[in-house]
Amino acid sequence: MWPAVLVASAGCYLLKVAGLSVPERWLADRRVQRVAGLLPVALLAALIGLQTITSGRAVVVDARLAGVAVAVVAQWRRAPFLVVVVAACATTAVLRALWG
Amino acid sequence: MIDPARRRAIVRDGVSIGLVTGAYGISFGAVAVAAGLSVAQACALSLLMFTGGSQFAMVGTIAGGGQPFAAVTTAVLLGVRNAFYGLQLASRLGLRGVRRLVGAQLVIDESAAMGATPDDPAEGRLGFWVTGGSVFALWNLATAAGAVGASALEDPGVLGLDVAGPAAFVALLGPRLRARRPWAVALSSAAVAVAVAPLVPAGVPVLVAAGVAVAAGLVRPGAPGVGDEVIGAAAVEHGPPPTDDGSGPDAGEGRP
Repeated sequence: MWPAVLVASAGCYLLKVAGLSVPERWLADRRVQRVAGLLPVALLAALIGLQTITSGRAVVVDARLAGVAVAVVAQWRRAPFLVVVVAACATTAVLRALWG
Repeated sequence: MIDPARRRAIVRDGVSIGLVTGAYGISFGAVAVAAGLSVAQACALSLLMFTGGSQFAMVGTIAGGGQPFAAVTTAVLLGVRNAFYGLQLASRLGLRGVRRLVGAQLVIDESAAMGATPDDPAEGRLGFWVTGGSVFALWNLATAAGAVGASALEDPGVLGLDVAGPAAFVALLGPRLRARRPWAVALSSAAVAVAVAPLVPAGVPVLVAAGVAVAAGLVRPGAPGVGDEVIGAAAVEHGPPPTDDGSGPDAGEGRP
């Protein structure tokens, strides 16, 4: 397992360095600017969807959905970061305690 | 020069993100050991890979019986987004030499959001370093604690820790949804990622979502604002109408 851990870590690190190292003029293009601005939006939204209603490769609706829904409401009400996350975890934990 | 009140707010937010992510790190350590990794391997991932999505994807693949090669591929594919974060941060951070090599390791979802969101570059730089540093310190401490205490915290789900990630992503995404185009991209990306998840290897749905952003970004608005209106129409059908999304930080397109 160590080779996998080290190779994957090296790959992830090199991607980070590459991102910071590409020529600055790449960012001068308006299209690149728009794409760069929209990428985190798309990736964060996709991660939310995947980690909320999928389990590996299957769609699974469970207490996570309620927790993340609470996070969305808390964020909408401009709650602090810590409140958003704690409220989500607490909601999910309580629902699981009640219904297994 | 950053206003002292703003500086305190940025530092407080960055440290808060570190604390919350730390709680999430406990669950990573526990999940990694439960997947069959040693405590040292779990800690090495947090130290060397240091990108939660990839780490969870990797141990998830291993736990699901995937080959090490599949686990590596999944982790690296999921890490591609950090390159794009770096692309967005590069001119703002202006790092050279060793500082770039150190700063690169801190490029993650949380630090990129804190670094790229403020209109003021100086605030962005402060947000990047404070958030990246806080998360790095606490994520690693928490991973060690979670890995060591894995038997005590056998199922992180009992504490709801598995929604800490998506909830944190909600908090990071919210401030970016100030116009219709980001709303449309967010909703369509999430829908597409979930839809293809059963069909493709883990890690790929996130890249498909990246494709949505690339496609949307390449569409040139016909006139100022027009492109956003057209794309926004799709968002209105599938999600909260921009006029009703209310009072959240995402509401105002004409934010002062």
